[in-house]
Amino acid sequence: MNRFEYTEPALSPNEYFLVKENNAKLYDGDQKTNFEGGMVHITTHRIFWGKPGHFANGQICLALPIQLIIRLDEEVPGTFSFSKSKKIVLYLKEPSPDRNEGPQLNSIYNFVKISFRDGYSQQISIALIESINKRRWEMIETPTTSAIEEKPMPNIKLRTGIIGIERSLIEKQKAADESINVAFQDLSKLMTMAKDMVRLSQNISTKIREKQGDITEDETVRFKSYLMSLGIDDPVTRDAFKSDNQYYRSLAKQICDIMVDPIEEIGGMMVLTDIYCRVNRARGLELLSPEDVLNACNLMQNMDLPLKLHVFDSGVKVLQLACLDSEIVAEGTAELLTERGSLNAEELAQFLGISVILAKERLLSSERCGKSCRDDSIEGLRFYPNLFLLRD
Amino acid sequence: MSSEVEWPWQYNFPPFFTLQPHKETRVKQITAWKALILDYCGVNKICSIDLRETNEMSLFTNAAINRTLESSALLVILEELQNSGNAIPMDKQRQRWEIYWHTLEEFSQIIYNYVMNSNSLDMVLTIFELTESDDVANEEFYKLNSDVFIKVLRVLEKDNKCELILLEDSQGVKFF
Repeated sequence: MNRFEYTEPALSPNEYFLVKENNAKLYDGDQKTNFEGGMVHITTHRIFWGKPGHFANGQICLALPIQLIIRLDEEVPGTFSFSKSKKIVLYLKEPSPDRNEGPQLNSIYNFVKISFRDGYSQQISIALIESINKRRWEMIETPTTSAIEEKPMPNIKLRTGIIGIERSLIEKQKAADESINVAFQDLSKLMTMAKDMVRLSQNISTKIREKQGDITEDETVRFKSYLMSLGIDDPVTRDAFKSDNQYYRSLAKQICDIMVDPIEEIGGMMVLTDIYCRVNRARGLELLSPEDVLNACNLMQNMDLPLKLHVFDSGVKVLQLACLDSEIVAEGTAELLTERGSLNAEELAQFLGISVILAKERLLSSERCGKSCRDDSIEGLRFYPNLFLLRD
Repeated sequence: MSSEVEWPWQYNFPPFFTLQPHKETRVKQITAWKALILDYCGVNKICSIDLRETNEMSLFTNAAINRTLESSALLVILEELQNSGNAIPMDKQRQRWEIYWHTLEEFSQIIYNYVMNSNSLDMVLTIFELTESDDVANEEFYKLNSDVFIKVLRVLEKDNKCELILLEDSQGVKFF
Protein backbone atom coordinates (compact mmCIF):
# COMPACT_ATOMS: atom_id res chain seq x y z
CA MET A 1 0.00 0.00 0.00
CA ASN A 2 3.03 2.32 0.42
CA ARG A 3 3.07 2.77 -3.38
CA PHE A 4 -0.20 4.68 -3.30
CA GLU A 5 -0.04 8.46 -3.22
CA TYR A 6 -2.51 11.13 -2.27
CA THR A 7 -3.35 13.23 -5.25
CA GLU A 8 -6.00 15.34 -6.85
CA PRO A 9 -8.06 13.48 -9.40
CA ALA A 10 -6.66 15.55 -12.25
CA LEU A 11 -5.09 14.12 -15.35
CA SER A 12 -1.59 15.17 -16.26
CA PRO A 13 -0.84 16.21 -19.83
CA ASN A 14 -0.94 13.33 -22.24
CA GLU A 15 -2.84 11.19 -19.70
CA TYR A 16 -6.12 9.75 -20.81
CA PHE A 17 -8.97 8.21 -18.89
CA LEU A 18 -9.68 4.66 -19.95
CA VAL A 19 -12.26 2.80 -17.78
CA LYS A 20 -13.79 2.90 -14.33
CA GLU A 21 -15.40 0.36 -12.03
CA ASN A 22 -17.48 0.66 -8.86
CA ASN A 23 -17.30 -0.99 -5.48
CA ALA A 24 -13.61 -1.52 -5.24
CA LYS A 25 -11.66 -2.40 -2.12
CA LEU A 26 -7.94 -2.16 -1.72
CA TYR A 27 -5.77 -4.81 -0.10
CA ASP A 28 -2.27 -4.28 1.18
CA GLY A 29 -0.88 -7.62 0.24
CA ASP A 30 -3.33 -10.06 1.70
CA GLN A 31 -4.50 -7.61 4.35
CA LYS A 32 -7.74 -5.77 3.99
CA THR A 33 -7.61 -1.99 4.32
CA ASN A 34 -10.11 0.68 5.12
CA PHE A 35 -10.25 1.78 1.54
CA GLU A 36 -13.38 0.04 0.49
CA GLY A 37 -16.50 0.81 -1.47
CA GLY A 38 -14.67 3.22 -3.70
CA MET A 39 -14.39 3.78 -7.39
CA VAL A 40 -11.43 2.79 -9.50
CA HIS A 41 -10.47 4.90 -12.51
CA ILE A 42 -7.83 3.52 -14.79
CA THR A 43 -5.93 5.99 -16.97
CA THR A 44 -2.96 5.55 -19.21
CA HIS A 45 -0.70 6.54 -16.32
CA ARG A 46 -2.28 5.71 -13.05
CA ILE A 47 -4.88 3.75 -11.13
CA PHE A 48 -7.07 6.09 -9.11
CA TRP A 49 -9.10 5.03 -6.11
CA GLY A 50 -11.59 7.34 -4.49
CA LYS A 51 -14.89 7.43 -2.68
CA PRO A 52 -17.85 7.93 -5.02
CA GLY A 53 -18.21 11.61 -5.75
CA HIS A 54 -14.58 12.40 -4.93
CA PHE A 55 -13.63 12.41 -8.58
CA ALA A 56 -16.46 14.67 -9.56
CA ASN A 57 -15.72 17.11 -6.73
CA GLY A 58 -12.03 17.04 -7.27
CA GLN A 59 -11.32 15.80 -3.76
CA ILE A 60 -8.12 14.09 -2.76
CA CYS A 61 -7.96 10.45 -3.74
CA LEU A 62 -5.38 7.69 -4.00
CA ALA A 63 -3.33 6.99 -7.03
CA LEU A 64 -0.94 4.21 -8.01
CA PRO A 65 1.45 4.94 -10.88
CA ILE A 66 1.14 2.17 -13.42
CA GLN A 67 4.86 2.31 -14.06
CA LEU A 68 5.34 0.58 -10.72
CA ILE A 69 3.34 -2.44 -11.80
CA ILE A 70 5.47 -5.36 -12.82
CA ARG A 71 2.65 -7.72 -13.71
CA LEU A 72 -0.90 -8.48 -12.76
CA ASP A 73 -2.85 -11.53 -11.84
CA GLU A 74 -6.55 -12.16 -11.59
CA GLU A 75 -7.83 -13.98 -8.58
CA VAL A 76 -11.05 -15.83 -9.20
CA PRO A 77 -12.86 -16.94 -6.05
CA GLY A 78 -12.53 -20.65 -5.47
CA THR A 79 -15.52 -22.95 -5.39
CA PHE A 80 -15.36 -23.15 -1.65
CA SER A 81 -14.75 -19.50 -0.96
CA PHE A 82 -17.46 -17.43 0.63
CA SER A 83 -16.45 -14.36 -1.17
CA LYS A 84 -17.85 -13.80 -4.59
CA SER A 85 -15.65 -10.80 -5.25
CA LYS A 86 -13.12 -10.93 -8.05
CA LYS A 87 -9.70 -9.56 -7.32
CA ILE A 88 -6.87 -8.14 -9.41
CA VAL A 89 -3.42 -8.69 -7.93
CA LEU A 90 -0.79 -6.12 -8.87
CA TYR A 91 2.84 -7.02 -8.28
CA LEU A 92 4.81 -3.83 -7.73
CA LYS A 93 8.32 -2.44 -7.90
CA GLU A 94 9.87 -0.56 -5.02
CA PRO A 95 8.28 2.88 -4.64
CA SER A 96 10.20 5.83 -5.96
CA PRO A 97 11.83 7.80 -3.17
CA ASP A 98 10.38 11.14 -4.22
CA ARG A 99 6.78 10.03 -4.25
CA ASN A 100 4.05 12.14 -2.75
CA GLU A 101 2.64 11.42 0.63
CA GLY A 102 0.54 8.30 0.73
CA PRO A 103 -1.75 6.54 3.17
CA GLN A 104 0.95 4.17 4.35
CA LEU A 105 4.67 4.71 4.76
CA ASN A 106 5.86 1.15 4.77
CA SER A 107 4.58 -2.16 3.69
CA ILE A 108 5.88 -5.67 4.01
CA TYR A 109 4.13 -6.67 0.84
CA ASN A 110 5.27 -5.94 -2.67
CA PHE A 111 1.82 -6.48 -4.11
CA VAL A 112 -1.63 -5.01 -3.69
CA LYS A 113 -5.03 -6.36 -4.54
CA ILE A 114 -8.06 -4.57 -5.81
CA SER A 115 -11.17 -6.43 -4.98
CA PHE A 116 -14.39 -5.76 -6.83
CA ARG A 117 -17.31 -6.93 -4.86
CA ASP A 118 -19.61 -6.98 -7.80
CA GLY A 119 -16.99 -8.28 -10.13
CA TYR A 120 -15.53 -6.20 -12.95
CA SER A 121 -15.76 -5.99 -16.65
CA GLN A 122 -13.06 -7.53 -18.77
CA GLN A 123 -12.19 -4.03 -19.93
CA ILE A 124 -10.49 -3.30 -16.62
CA SER A 125 -7.81 -5.86 -17.08
CA ILE A 126 -7.48 -5.11 -20.80
CA ALA A 127 -7.05 -1.42 -20.04
CA LEU A 128 -4.50 -2.15 -17.34
CA ILE A 129 -2.43 -4.44 -19.52
CA GLU A 130 -2.56 -1.92 -22.33
CA SER A 131 -1.44 0.88 -20.05
CA ILE A 132 1.41 -1.22 -18.68
CA ASN A 133 2.60 -2.13 -22.16
CA LYS A 134 2.19 1.22 -23.82
CA ARG A 135 4.07 3.11 -21.12
CA ARG A 136 2.59 6.41 -22.15
CA TRP A 137 4.13 8.19 -19.18
CA GLU A 138 7.44 7.83 -20.91
CA MET A 139 6.04 9.40 -24.05
CA ILE A 140 5.27 12.52 -22.08
CA GLU A 141 8.92 13.04 -21.60
CA THR A 142 9.96 12.65 -25.23
CA PRO A 143 7.65 15.19 -26.81
CA THR A 144 8.43 17.80 -24.17
CA THR A 145 12.17 17.31 -24.39
CA SER A 146 12.13 17.29 -28.18
CA ALA A 147 10.01 20.41 -28.17
CA ILE A 148 12.71 22.13 -26.17
CA GLU A 149 15.37 20.96 -28.54
CA GLU A 150 13.45 21.96 -31.61
CA LYS A 151 13.05 25.59 -30.69
CA PRO A 152 16.66 26.66 -31.18
CA MET A 153 16.85 24.64 -34.40
CA PRO A 154 16.30 27.49 -36.82
CA ASN A 155 19.23 29.39 -35.33
CA ILE A 156 21.72 26.58 -35.68
CA LYS A 157 22.02 25.70 -39.34
CA LEU A 158 23.21 22.22 -40.00
CA ARG A 159 25.97 22.51 -42.53
CA THR A 160 27.41 19.08 -42.22
CA GLY A 161 28.16 17.01 -45.27
CA ILE A 162 27.17 17.23 -48.88
CA ILE A 163 23.51 17.22 -47.98
CA GLY A 164 24.01 20.33 -45.90
CA ILE A 165 25.72 22.08 -48.80
CA GLU A 166 23.07 20.95 -51.23
CA ARG A 167 20.36 22.14 -48.93
CA SER A 168 21.89 25.57 -48.61
CA LEU A 169 22.28 25.74 -52.40
CA ILE A 170 18.64 24.85 -52.88
CA GLU A 171 17.67 27.53 -50.40
CA LYS A 172 19.75 30.13 -52.22
CA GLN A 173 18.22 29.09 -55.53
CA LYS A 174 14.76 29.42 -54.10
CA ALA A 175 15.53 32.88 -52.84
CA ALA A 176 16.96 33.86 -56.24
CA ASP A 177 13.90 32.47 -58.02
CA GLU A 178 11.64 34.47 -55.81
CA SER A 179 13.52 37.69 -56.32
CA ILE A 180 13.56 37.14 -60.07
CA ASN A 181 9.86 36.53 -60.07
CA VAL A 182 9.33 39.72 -58.14
CA ALA A 183 11.56 41.61 -60.55
CA PHE A 184 9.67 40.39 -63.59
CA GLN A 185 6.39 41.16 -61.98
CA ASP A 186 7.57 44.75 -61.85
CA LEU A 187 8.63 44.61 -65.47
CA SER A 188 5.32 43.27 -66.70
CA LYS A 189 3.61 46.06 -64.78
CA LEU A 190 5.91 48.55 -66.46
CA MET A 191 5.03 47.15 -69.87
CA THR A 192 1.31 47.51 -69.22
CA MET A 193 1.93 51.03 -68.02
CA ALA A 194 4.03 51.71 -71.08
CA LYS A 195 1.20 50.75 -73.41
CA ASP A 196 -1.01 53.31 -71.73
CA MET A 197 1.72 55.90 -72.01
CA VAL A 198 2.09 55.31 -75.74
CA ARG A 199 -1.65 55.48 -76.23
CA LEU A 200 -1.76 58.69 -74.24
CA SER A 201 0.96 60.31 -76.26
CA GLN A 202 -0.70 59.18 -79.49
CA ASN A 203 -3.99 60.64 -78.37
CA ILE A 204 -2.40 63.92 -77.53
CA SER A 205 -0.54 64.13 -80.80
CA THR A 206 -3.68 63.40 -82.85
CA LYS A 207 -5.59 65.96 -80.84
CA ILE A 208 -2.95 68.51 -81.56
CA ARG A 209 -3.20 67.71 -85.23
CA GLU A 210 -6.98 68.09 -85.17
CA LYS A 211 -7.03 71.30 -83.22
CA GLN A 212 -4.22 72.92 -85.06
CA GLY A 213 -6.08 76.20 -85.17
CA ASP A 214 -7.29 76.29 -81.55
CA ILE A 215 -3.91 76.13 -79.94
CA THR A 216 -1.33 78.74 -80.67
CA GLU A 217 1.64 77.77 -82.75
CA ASP A 218 3.97 78.37 -79.86
CA GLU A 219 2.13 76.01 -77.56
CA THR A 220 1.99 73.30 -80.19
CA VAL A 221 5.70 73.45 -80.73
CA ARG A 222 6.41 73.35 -77.04
CA PHE A 223 4.06 70.44 -76.47
CA LYS A 224 5.56 68.52 -79.34
CA SER A 225 9.03 69.02 -77.93
CA TYR A 226 7.83 67.51 -74.65
CA LEU A 227 6.57 64.49 -76.51
CA MET A 228 9.79 64.23 -78.45
CA SER A 229 11.82 64.23 -75.28
CA LEU A 230 9.80 61.22 -74.20
CA GLY A 231 10.82 59.46 -77.37
CA ILE A 232 9.26 59.25 -80.79
CA ASP A 233 5.75 60.64 -80.71
CA ASP A 234 4.35 57.96 -82.99
CA PRO A 235 6.54 54.85 -83.13
CA VAL A 236 6.09 52.44 -86.01
CA THR A 237 4.81 49.20 -84.54
CA ARG A 238 4.18 45.83 -86.07
CA ASP A 239 0.54 45.83 -85.01
CA ALA A 240 -0.26 48.65 -87.38
CA PHE A 241 0.82 46.75 -90.48
CA LYS A 242 -0.53 43.73 -92.22
CA SER A 243 2.62 42.50 -93.92
CA ASP A 244 6.12 42.29 -92.56
CA ASN A 245 7.53 43.91 -95.66
CA GLN A 246 5.40 46.99 -95.24
CA TYR A 247 6.36 47.15 -91.61
CA TYR A 248 10.06 46.97 -92.39
CA ARG A 249 9.75 49.65 -95.08
CA SER A 250 8.12 52.06 -92.67
CA LEU A 251 10.64 51.15 -90.03
CA ALA A 252 13.50 51.78 -92.44
CA LYS A 253 12.06 55.20 -93.19
CA GLN A 254 11.76 56.03 -89.54
CA ILE A 255 15.26 54.85 -88.70
CA CYS A 256 16.57 57.04 -91.52
CA ASP A 257 14.63 60.02 -90.24
CA ILE A 258 16.06 59.85 -86.77
CA MET A 259 19.56 58.66 -87.61
CA VAL A 260 20.59 60.85 -90.56
CA ASP A 261 21.63 63.79 -88.42
CA PRO A 262 23.64 61.87 -85.84
CA ILE A 263 25.36 59.86 -88.57
CA GLU A 264 26.28 63.00 -90.48
CA GLU A 265 27.63 64.44 -87.28
CA ILE A 266 30.09 61.63 -86.68
CA GLY A 267 31.40 61.43 -90.19
CA GLY A 268 28.84 59.50 -92.17
CA MET A 269 29.05 56.04 -90.69
CA MET A 270 27.68 54.26 -87.63
CA VAL A 271 27.94 50.66 -86.48
CA LEU A 272 24.66 48.78 -86.57
CA THR A 273 24.81 47.98 -82.87
CA ASP A 274 24.95 51.69 -82.12
CA ILE A 275 22.01 52.26 -84.45
CA TYR A 276 20.08 49.60 -82.60
CA CYS A 277 20.78 51.19 -79.24
CA ARG A 278 19.98 54.70 -80.38
CA VAL A 279 16.77 53.78 -82.15
CA ASN A 280 15.50 51.88 -79.17
CA ARG A 281 16.58 54.68 -76.87
CA ALA A 282 14.60 57.10 -78.98
CA ARG A 283 11.56 54.85 -79.00
CA GLY A 284 11.85 54.31 -75.29
CA LEU A 285 8.86 52.00 -75.40
CA GLU A 286 7.70 49.56 -78.07
CA LEU A 287 11.25 48.28 -78.39
CA LEU A 288 12.55 46.78 -81.62
CA SER A 289 14.30 43.46 -81.94
CA PRO A 290 17.78 43.43 -83.50
CA GLU A 291 16.37 41.35 -86.31
CA ASP A 292 13.73 43.96 -87.14
CA VAL A 293 16.37 46.67 -87.27
CA LEU A 294 18.55 44.55 -89.54
CA ASN A 295 15.66 43.71 -91.86
CA ALA A 296 14.67 47.35 -92.07
CA CYS A 297 18.25 48.38 -92.81
CA ASN A 298 18.53 45.78 -95.55
CA LEU A 299 15.67 47.46 -97.39
CA MET A 300 17.15 50.93 -97.25
CA GLN A 301 19.25 50.73 -100.39
CA ASN A 302 16.26 49.97 -102.63
CA MET A 303 14.16 52.74 -101.13
CA ASP A 304 16.24 55.77 -102.13
CA LEU A 305 16.79 56.68 -98.52
CA PRO A 306 19.68 58.86 -97.40
CA LEU A 307 21.21 55.94 -95.49
CA LYS A 308 22.30 52.49 -96.59
CA LEU A 309 23.60 49.35 -94.99
CA HIS A 310 27.22 48.56 -95.68
CA VAL A 311 28.96 45.32 -94.72
CA PHE A 312 32.72 45.41 -94.39
CA ASP A 313 34.85 42.46 -95.38
CA SER A 314 35.37 41.71 -91.70
CA GLY A 315 31.59 41.28 -91.32
CA VAL A 316 31.05 44.54 -89.44
CA LYS A 317 27.76 46.09 -90.47
CA VAL A 318 27.31 49.84 -90.56
CA LEU A 319 24.76 52.34 -91.71
CA GLN A 320 26.37 55.00 -93.82
CA LEU A 321 25.21 57.97 -95.79
CA ALA A 322 24.18 56.85 -99.26
CA CYS A 323 26.20 59.70 -100.74
CA LEU A 324 29.31 58.67 -98.80
CA ASP A 325 32.13 57.79 -101.16
CA SER A 326 34.56 55.29 -99.70
CA GLU A 327 37.24 56.84 -101.89
CA ILE A 328 36.75 60.19 -100.23
CA VAL A 329 36.76 58.65 -96.77
CA ALA A 330 39.98 56.83 -97.56
CA GLU A 331 41.43 60.11 -98.81
CA GLY A 332 40.46 61.77 -95.55
CA THR A 333 42.02 58.98 -93.53
CA ALA A 334 45.20 59.22 -95.57
CA GLU A 335 45.37 62.94 -94.94
CA LEU A 336 45.07 62.31 -91.24
CA LEU A 337 47.82 59.72 -91.47
CA THR A 338 50.17 62.13 -93.18
CA GLU A 339 49.34 64.74 -90.61
CA ARG A 340 49.95 62.39 -87.70
CA GLY A 341 52.75 60.25 -89.12
CA SER A 342 51.04 57.04 -88.10
CA LEU A 343 47.83 55.92 -86.41
CA ASN A 344 46.30 52.88 -84.87
CA ALA A 345 42.58 52.22 -84.62
CA GLU A 346 42.29 53.53 -81.05
CA GLU A 347 43.98 56.82 -81.86
CA LEU A 348 41.85 57.37 -84.93
CA ALA A 349 38.72 56.50 -82.97
CA GLN A 350 39.61 59.05 -80.34
CA PHE A 351 40.51 61.70 -82.85
CA LEU A 352 37.31 61.33 -84.88
CA GLY A 353 35.02 60.44 -82.01
CA ILE A 354 33.94 57.19 -83.64
CA SER A 355 34.02 53.64 -82.39
CA VAL A 356 37.24 51.65 -82.52
CA ILE A 357 35.69 49.09 -84.84
CA LEU A 358 34.76 51.79 -87.29
CA ALA A 359 38.17 53.39 -87.04
CA LYS A 360 39.79 50.09 -87.86
CA GLU A 361 37.47 49.62 -90.81
CA ARG A 362 38.43 53.06 -92.08
CA LEU A 363 42.11 52.28 -91.86
CA LEU A 364 41.61 48.95 -93.60
CA SER A 365 39.58 50.50 -96.38
CA SER A 366 42.20 53.19 -96.88
CA GLU A 367 44.73 50.40 -97.11
CA ARG A 368 42.60 48.68 -99.72
CA CYS A 369 42.69 51.89 -101.74
CA GLY A 370 46.47 51.90 -101.47
CA LYS A 371 46.41 55.06 -99.36
CA SER A 372 48.04 53.52 -96.33
CA CYS A 373 50.22 50.62 -95.35
CA ARG A 374 50.35 48.55 -92.23
CA ASP A 375 52.91 47.83 -89.56
CA ASP A 376 51.99 44.64 -87.75
CA SER A 377 54.26 44.21 -84.75
CA ILE A 378 54.01 43.07 -81.16
CA GLU A 379 52.93 46.61 -80.36
CA GLY A 380 49.77 46.09 -82.41
CA LEU A 381 48.55 47.07 -85.82
CA ARG A 382 49.53 50.58 -86.90
CA PHE A 383 48.97 52.31 -90.17
CA TYR A 384 51.33 54.65 -91.98
CA PRO A 385 50.95 56.78 -95.08
CA ASN A 386 51.73 54.60 -98.06
CA LEU A 387 55.26 55.85 -98.66
CA PHE A 388 55.95 52.84 -100.88
CA LEU A 389 53.70 54.35 -103.52
CA LEU A 390 54.16 58.00 -102.59
CA ARG A 391 57.94 58.25 -102.59
CA ASP A 392 58.74 56.43 -105.81
CA MET B 1 80.04 41.94 -89.71
CA SER B 2 80.62 45.50 -90.78
CA SER B 3 78.34 46.55 -93.54
CA GLU B 4 78.89 49.54 -95.69
CA VAL B 5 75.44 49.29 -97.07
CA GLU B 6 73.66 52.57 -97.34
CA TRP B 7 70.29 51.76 -95.83
CA PRO B 8 67.39 52.89 -97.99
CA TRP B 9 64.68 55.07 -96.47
CA GLN B 10 62.39 52.04 -96.26
CA TYR B 11 64.70 50.43 -93.72
CA ASN B 12 63.58 52.98 -91.13
CA PHE B 13 59.93 52.76 -92.16
CA PRO B 14 58.16 50.27 -89.86
CA PRO B 15 55.63 49.00 -92.46
CA PHE B 16 58.62 47.82 -94.50
CA PHE B 17 58.89 44.88 -92.07
CA THR B 18 55.27 43.81 -92.49
CA LEU B 19 54.24 42.12 -95.70
CA GLN B 20 51.69 44.49 -97.24
CA PRO B 21 48.34 43.01 -98.31
CA HIS B 22 47.63 45.69 -100.89
CA LYS B 23 48.85 44.34 -104.20
CA GLU B 24 50.46 47.42 -105.68
CA THR B 25 52.04 48.33 -102.37
CA ARG B 26 53.39 44.84 -101.94
CA VAL B 27 55.05 44.89 -105.34
CA LYS B 28 56.86 48.10 -104.39
CA GLN B 29 57.78 46.70 -101.00
CA ILE B 30 59.18 43.46 -102.39
CA THR B 31 61.13 45.29 -105.07
CA ALA B 32 62.71 47.42 -102.37
CA TRP B 33 63.53 44.34 -100.31
CA LYS B 34 65.08 42.55 -103.27
CA ALA B 35 67.30 45.50 -104.03
CA LEU B 36 68.32 45.83 -100.41
CA ILE B 37 69.12 42.12 -99.98
CA LEU B 38 71.23 41.96 -103.14
CA ASP B 39 73.02 45.16 -102.25
CA TYR B 40 73.73 43.93 -98.75
CA CYS B 41 74.91 40.50 -99.86
CA GLY B 42 77.10 42.04 -102.57
CA VAL B 43 78.79 44.42 -100.16
CA ASN B 44 79.27 41.77 -97.48
CA LYS B 45 80.01 38.95 -99.94
CA ILE B 46 77.26 36.79 -98.52
CA CYS B 47 76.28 33.94 -100.78
CA SER B 48 73.84 32.05 -98.63
CA ILE B 49 71.04 32.87 -96.23
CA ASP B 50 69.54 30.49 -93.73
CA LEU B 51 66.01 31.39 -92.72
CA ARG B 52 66.69 30.06 -89.23
CA GLU B 53 69.55 32.48 -88.69
CA THR B 54 68.13 35.69 -90.07
CA ASN B 55 67.34 37.21 -86.68
CA GLU B 56 71.01 38.02 -86.09
CA MET B 57 71.42 39.78 -89.39
CA SER B 58 71.10 43.53 -89.24
CA LEU B 59 69.67 43.27 -92.73
CA PHE B 60 66.42 41.85 -91.43
CA THR B 61 66.35 43.45 -88.01
CA ASN B 62 66.33 47.16 -87.42
CA ALA B 63 67.05 47.51 -83.73
CA ALA B 64 66.53 51.27 -83.85
CA ILE B 65 62.81 50.91 -84.62
CA ASN B 66 62.55 47.47 -83.05
CA ARG B 67 61.29 45.72 -86.17
CA THR B 68 62.21 42.32 -87.61
CA LEU B 69 61.14 40.83 -90.89
CA GLU B 70 59.15 37.67 -90.31
CA SER B 71 60.71 34.58 -91.89
CA SER B 72 57.41 33.88 -93.67
CA ALA B 73 57.62 37.30 -95.30
CA LEU B 74 61.27 36.71 -96.11
CA LEU B 75 60.36 33.46 -97.82
CA VAL B 76 57.98 35.33 -100.10
CA ILE B 77 60.75 37.78 -100.96
CA LEU B 78 63.26 34.96 -101.57
CA GLU B 79 60.81 33.28 -103.91
CA GLU B 80 60.58 36.53 -105.83
CA LEU B 81 64.40 36.58 -105.96
CA GLN B 82 64.34 33.05 -107.29
CA ASN B 83 62.01 34.16 -110.09
CA SER B 84 64.53 36.74 -111.20
CA GLY B 85 67.42 34.25 -110.94
CA ASN B 86 69.01 35.86 -107.89
CA ALA B 87 68.38 33.04 -105.41
CA ILE B 88 68.01 29.29 -105.33
CA PRO B 89 66.77 27.13 -102.46
CA MET B 90 69.41 24.67 -101.26
CA ASP B 91 67.07 22.22 -99.51
CA LYS B 92 63.54 20.97 -99.89
CA GLN B 93 62.33 22.78 -96.80
CA ARG B 94 63.43 26.07 -98.42
CA GLN B 95 65.36 27.04 -95.32
CA ARG B 96 68.78 27.55 -96.89
CA TRP B 97 69.09 29.79 -99.88
CA GLU B 98 71.95 30.68 -102.17
CA ILE B 99 71.95 34.33 -103.05
CA TYR B 100 73.45 35.74 -106.24
CA TRP B 101 73.84 39.48 -106.15
CA HIS B 102 74.24 39.16 -109.89
CA THR B 103 72.48 36.41 -111.73
CA LEU B 104 74.72 33.59 -112.89
CA GLU B 105 74.47 34.89 -116.46
CA GLU B 106 75.46 38.38 -115.40
CA PHE B 107 78.40 36.98 -113.45
CA SER B 108 79.54 34.88 -116.35
CA GLN B 109 79.54 37.96 -118.56
CA ILE B 110 81.43 39.98 -115.96
CA ILE B 111 84.06 37.29 -115.47
CA TYR B 112 84.54 36.70 -119.15
CA ASN B 113 84.94 40.40 -119.72
CA TYR B 114 87.54 40.57 -116.95
CA VAL B 115 89.49 37.64 -118.36
CA MET B 116 89.45 39.20 -121.81
CA ASN B 117 90.54 42.55 -120.44
CA SER B 118 93.38 41.00 -118.46
CA ASN B 119 94.63 39.07 -121.49
CA SER B 120 94.25 35.77 -119.73
CA LEU B 121 92.54 33.85 -122.49
CA ASP B 122 93.93 30.39 -123.23
CA MET B 123 95.65 30.38 -119.84
CA VAL B 124 94.90 28.10 -116.94
CA LEU B 125 93.83 30.10 -113.92
CA THR B 126 93.00 28.77 -110.49
CA ILE B 127 89.69 29.61 -109.01
CA PHE B 128 91.41 30.79 -105.88
CA GLU B 129 93.35 33.48 -107.75
CA LEU B 130 90.21 34.54 -109.59
CA THR B 131 88.25 35.08 -106.39
CA GLU B 132 90.72 35.79 -103.61
CA SER B 133 93.76 37.52 -105.08
CA ASP B 134 94.34 41.22 -104.71
CA ASP B 135 94.17 41.65 -108.47
CA VAL B 136 90.42 41.10 -108.41
CA ALA B 137 89.74 43.04 -105.20
CA ASN B 138 87.70 45.61 -107.07
CA GLU B 139 85.76 43.15 -109.17
CA GLU B 140 82.20 42.16 -108.52
CA PHE B 141 83.09 38.50 -108.19
CA TYR B 142 85.78 39.10 -105.57
CA LYS B 143 85.35 36.68 -102.67
CA LEU B 144 82.55 34.92 -104.48
CA ASN B 145 81.85 31.57 -102.88
CA SER B 146 83.71 28.88 -104.87
CA ASP B 147 80.60 26.73 -105.26
CA VAL B 148 78.80 29.68 -106.79
CA PHE B 149 81.82 30.53 -108.84
CA ILE B 150 81.91 27.05 -110.32
CA LYS B 151 78.22 27.36 -111.18
CA VAL B 152 79.03 30.55 -113.04
CA LEU B 153 81.84 28.85 -114.90
CA ARG B 154 79.52 26.00 -115.82
CA VAL B 155 77.37 28.57 -117.59
CA LEU B 156 80.40 29.70 -119.58
CA GLU B 157 81.41 26.12 -120.23
CA LYS B 158 78.05 25.52 -121.89
CA ASP B 159 78.82 28.31 -124.33
CA ASN B 160 82.26 26.76 -124.91
CA LYS B 161 83.95 29.83 -123.50
CA CYS B 162 85.93 27.97 -120.85
CA GLU B 163 86.83 24.56 -119.57
CA LEU B 164 86.86 23.59 -115.96
CA ILE B 165 89.74 21.55 -114.63
CA LEU B 166 88.56 20.02 -111.36
CA LEU B 167 91.22 18.02 -109.56
CA GLU B 168 90.97 16.80 -106.01
CA ASP B 169 93.13 19.47 -104.44
CA SER B 170 93.08 22.25 -106.98
CA GLN B 171 90.44 23.77 -109.16
CA GLY B 172 91.45 25.54 -112.33
CA VAL B 173 89.82 26.95 -115.40
CA LYS B 174 90.93 27.78 -118.89
CA PHE B 175 89.12 30.42 -120.90
CA PHE B 176 88.86 30.43 -124.65
